[in-house]
Amino acid sequence: MLFKIFAVLTVAGAVAAMSFRNLVHAVLALIVSFAGLAAVYLLLGAQFIGLAQILVYVGAVAILIVFAILLTRDSGITSQSTTSSSWRGSIVVVLGVFGVLAWSVGHSAVYQQATSLPQGTSMQEIGNVLMQRFALPLEVIGVLLTVALIGAVTIAIYEKKETR
Amino acid sequence: MTPLANCLLLSALLFSIGLAGALMRRNAILVLIGIELMLNAANLNFIAFWRYGPNPEALTGLMFVIFSIGVAAAEAAVGLALIIAIYRHTKTTNIDQVNSMRG
Repeated sequence: MLFKIFAVLTVAGAVAAMSFRNLVHAVLALIVSFAGLAAVYLLLGAQFIGLAQILVYVGAVAILIVFAILLTRDSGITSQSTTSSSWRGSIVVVLGVFGVLAWSVGHSAVYQQATSLPQGTSMQEIGNVLMQRFALPLEVIGVLLTVALIGAVTIAIYEKKETR
Repeated sequence: MTPLANCLLLSALLFSIGLAGALMRRNAILVLIGIELMLNAANLNFIAFWRYGPNPEALTGLMFVIFSIGVAAAEAAVGLALIIAIYRHTKTTNIDQVNSMRG
């Protein structure tokens, strides 16, 4: 029952984020969608992922998108349509993708009842695995985040006329 | 409907909404939001298969989602920086008008 409530919240937030004309309203709807998804993660027993979802998406990514909207504010409110010129083909593609996904979910043999949650999914267990078996990917993701941060600043920094 | 199928259907719905936004909206920032929604749908699939899979104590799906969130954060930062750079050159974020390769 709780899962259905949060699932409806997530889908409604996503639909609103993709259909609002006002960009700031769209980001607020996106935050609702991300928070609903974090609640779904918590219901599924993944506490760490749910909290990381709230920290990273609701906290960081949403604020980043709001800053990008403020920095790229168009001068006037555009009266033209907000949909792309190729929206008819897009609808066909989207309906096809969803149809294939839903059909394969409905006809697959992976249905099984929920197994009991193992006892060892605490934060301590995750930390142990992260430091032992997944130590190298953790270092690589650290390097990737550093490179992405430097690259983002380099791309977005104001370039003077004489340096071009 | 089993819980796993519910999760997978929610994920498919979220992916389709994100794909629709990425394909149909004109604003580049909304296209990026659609891509973020698709990444979240993939994460939900990982969590669902980890939770209802045969070997949940290995924590593999959980770890993959952690790294996927990190990569998505890097992608959002670089993507928004690119949008800001494009806006500085062309004074628009409408992707139908960004059709020239000259800087």
